[in-house]
Amino acid sequence: MTTRASPPRERFRISQLIYDTRYRSYTIQVFALFMFAAFVGWLVNNTLQNLSNAGKDLDFGFLFSTAGYEINQRLVSYGPDSSHLRASIVGLLNTLLVALLGCVMATVIGTFVGILRLSKNWLIARLMGLYVEMFRNVPLLLWILLTMAVLTELLPSPREFRGESATASMMLNDTSAITNRGVYVPLPQFSRGLDKALDGSLGLNPNALAILFVLGAGLYVSQRIKLRADRIQSKSGERPVTWFWRTGVIVVPVLVLFFAFGFHLEYPELKGFNFIGGLRFRNSLIALWLALSLYTAAFIGEVVRSGIMAVPKGQIEGAEALGLRPARIMRSVILPQALRVIIPPVISQYLSLTKNTSLAIAVGYMDITGTLGGITMNQTGRELECVLLLMLVYLAISLTVSAGMNVYNARVNLVER
Amino acid sequence: MKLSSTVLALLAVIVSGPALAGKLDEVRNRGALKCGVSTGVVGFSAPDAGGVWHGFDVGMCRAVAAATLGDPMAVEFVPQTSKTRFSALASGEIDMLSRTTTWTYSRDSDLNVEFAGVNFYDGQGFLIANALGVSSAKDLNGATVCIKTGTTSELNLADYFRTNGMSFDPVPVETDAEAIQQLLANSCDVFSTDSSKLNAHRATLENPDAYSILPEIISKEPLGPAVLHGDQQWGDIVRWTLNALLTAEELGVTSANVSDLAANSTNPEIKRLLGTEGELGAMLDLPADWAQKVISAGGNYGELFDNTIGSNSPIGIERGLNALWTNGGLQYSPPFR
Repeated sequence: MTTRASPPRERFRISQLIYDTRYRSYTIQVFALFMFAAFVGWLVNNTLQNLSNAGKDLDFGFLFSTAGYEINQRLVSYGPDSSHLRASIVGLLNTLLVALLGCVMATVIGTFVGILRLSKNWLIARLMGLYVEMFRNVPLLLWILLTMAVLTELLPSPREFRGESATASMMLNDTSAITNRGVYVPLPQFSRGLDKALDGSLGLNPNALAILFVLGAGLYVSQRIKLRADRIQSKSGERPVTWFWRTGVIVVPVLVLFFAFGFHLEYPELKGFNFIGGLRFRNSLIALWLALSLYTAAFIGEVVRSGIMAVPKGQIEGAEALGLRPARIMRSVILPQALRVIIPPVISQYLSLTKNTSLAIAVGYMDITGTLGGITMNQTGRELECVLLLMLVYLAISLTVSAGMNVYNARVNLVER
Repeated sequence: MKLSSTVLALLAVIVSGPALAGKLDEVRNRGALKCGVSTGVVGFSAPDAGGVWHGFDVGMCRAVAAATLGDPMAVEFVPQTSKTRFSALASGEIDMLSRTTTWTYSRDSDLNVEFAGVNFYDGQGFLIANALGVSSAKDLNGATVCIKTGTTSELNLADYFRTNGMSFDPVPVETDAEAIQQLLANSCDVFSTDSSKLNAHRATLENPDAYSILPEIISKEPLGPAVLHGDQQWGDIVRWTLNALLTAEELGVTSANVSDLAANSTNPEIKRLLGTEGELGAMLDLPADWAQKVISAGGNYGELFDNTIGSNSPIGIERGLNALWTNGGLQYSPPFR
C-alpha cells in the first residue's frame, strides 16, 4: 500500500510576494494603502507647515468668542453678543429648516408630477413633461435668483400698505400681509401657557411639547380603537362604526389644551418701517424653499414615473380584473410596489436638496454656510477651521438623512424567504 | 461662487510649497502687477465700457505698477468681493489689495494683512429714500437694513443699534449692486456702508435726489491699500508710493509739471522725491526716477482724488478729512529723506 506523502511544506520566500499570485494582490494593496497614507500625511504636514509659515495655527477657540453680528432669522435666541458657536447653531437650524420644508414639498409635488405625467390626458401629461424638462435643465442657482427677484420686485413693500391712498392691502380679513420682505400670518399665542409658568428654563417651547404629547397620545388611542374594530370585524364580520371616537380622541384633548392655555392669535400690524408681530416667513426662506422644492420635485417626478412603470402590467390588469377602481389601483397595488424602486433614488435626491441649501447665501438666507462659512469665517479669518467644520456638518447631516431613509427602505422592501 | 476663492486659497495652503523669492522679483518676472479691486464701485474701481479700469483705488494700483515696472498700465485687475479679498491676498492670488478696505486691529494682527497707510478717511453712513421721511439714524428703530456680509460695517451696525437700544432687520447681501437693487425695490429701507461708497452709488442712481445720506457717521473707516504681512520690502514700496503721491501734492508737483520740475527744480525736497538728488530709489530696489513715473501716471494725491471721486467727477465728494494736513485735513506723509 502506497501512501501519498503530504507535499513538503514550502518555505516562504520574499520573492513570493511579487511572483506568487496568492500573495501578489496583498502586496499591491498594502503598497497602495501605504502610499495613500503617505499622501494624506504629506497633505496634513504641508498644510500645518504652510499655516505656520503664514503665521497661523489650527485653533477652534474662535468659536467661543463674541460673534458681534446680527442674524435675521433665528429659531433659537441669538444676539450680537452671542458666540460664533451659537451663530453656527442658528445657521445649522436654518439649514435644517429649509431642507426639511424642501424635502416635504418636493416629495408631494414630485409624486403628483410623476403620476400625472403618466396620465392618459394628453394636455396634463405634456404640461408635466414641460415642467420636468424646464426645471431639470436650468441650474438651480438661477431658479433661486429668479424666484427671489420675482418676490422682491413684484410684491408690494410695507410702505405701500400705509396711508389713505394705500396701493396694497392686507388679506384674509386683515390678518395676513404679503410684502416684498416676507409673508406675515397670524401667530398662535398662549396667554396662560406653560412657558409662563416655567419661565423659559427649557430650551424648547413647552407649549409645543405639551401639544405634541397630547396629539401623539390621541393618535395612539385612535390606533388602538382601529385595531379593536379590526378584531371585532374579523370575529363577527361586522365593523363597528368608530370614526367619531377616532376623531374625538385626537381633536377634543387638543382643543381642551388650547382652551386651558388661553389660545389666541397675534396679528401682524404695520408699525414703523415693517409689519410687527405675527409669524413672518422671510422672502429669502420662501424663495429658497420654493426653488429647491420645484427643482428637486422635477427629479423626484421622474423617479416616481420610472417606479410606476417598473410595476409589471399584469399587476394592473389583475387589479382591474378584480374590479378595483383606478384610484384604488394606484393606492393599493401600484404605489406599494413602486415604492421599492422609488425610495433609493429619492434618498439621493433628499441628500442633494440638503446640500443644495448651501446656495442660500445667494438670496441672503442665513444658513450655516452664511453664518459659519460666511460671516464668521470672514470676521475671524479662520478659513481652514470653518471649512473643515462645514464639511463635517454637511457630512453628518447627509449620513443621518441617508441612515434614516435606509431604515425606511428596509421596511418597505419585499421580505424574501 | 463666492466660496470658490476661499477654497482655492485653502488648496493653495494645502498643496503649495514654501513661498519663493520676494514679491518685487515675482512682479517683475511676471511683468504685471496683480491688484485686487472691488467688483465695481464707480469712482473707486470700476471698468468702463471698453473694459479699462478707472477710479481712486485703481489709481493706487497704477501708481505701484509705475513705481515697480515703470508702466502704469501693467496691472492685472482681479475683482474681489468683501468676502474673498483676504483669502485672495493670503494665497498670493493678488499682490496687493486696493479695495476700500478698513484698517483694523484684528485684520492687521490676526489676518496677517499689512496696511500700507490710509488713502481715504471714511466713515459708515446710511443711504435712505426721502419718501420715508427719516432725518436721523436715531429714527431707524425696526428698519430693514441692507448690509454687506463680511465687512466691518456689519459689526459696526450691530454695535450702533445695540448701543442706542434699537433693533433692526438685517438683509445680508454680497455686493453693493445687490444692495442698491434691493433698496430701489424697497425691499430694504436703508443701505449702510462707507459713506464715500454711498455717495458714489447715489450719484449713479437714476433719481439721486429721491435718496439722501443721513447725517450720522457711525464709525471710523480708515481705508487703505494692503499687502500680505511678511515681505517688508514690498510693504514699504506700496507705503512709499502712497506717501509719494501725498508729498507730491504738498510740494505742488503735478502730472503736468513733474518732468519740468525734475529737470529744473532747485528745491532739495522735490529733487529727493523725484530722484535727481540722493539714492532714495536704490534703497527700495527701485529706479531713481520711480516717483516721477508714479506722479505722471495719474497725478498727485489731490489730482487723483479730484478726477475720480472729488470735484471733477460726478460723485463730488468733499476733501474733508482727506485734505492735506496743511489744509486742515488728516493726510500727512512722513518726509522723503
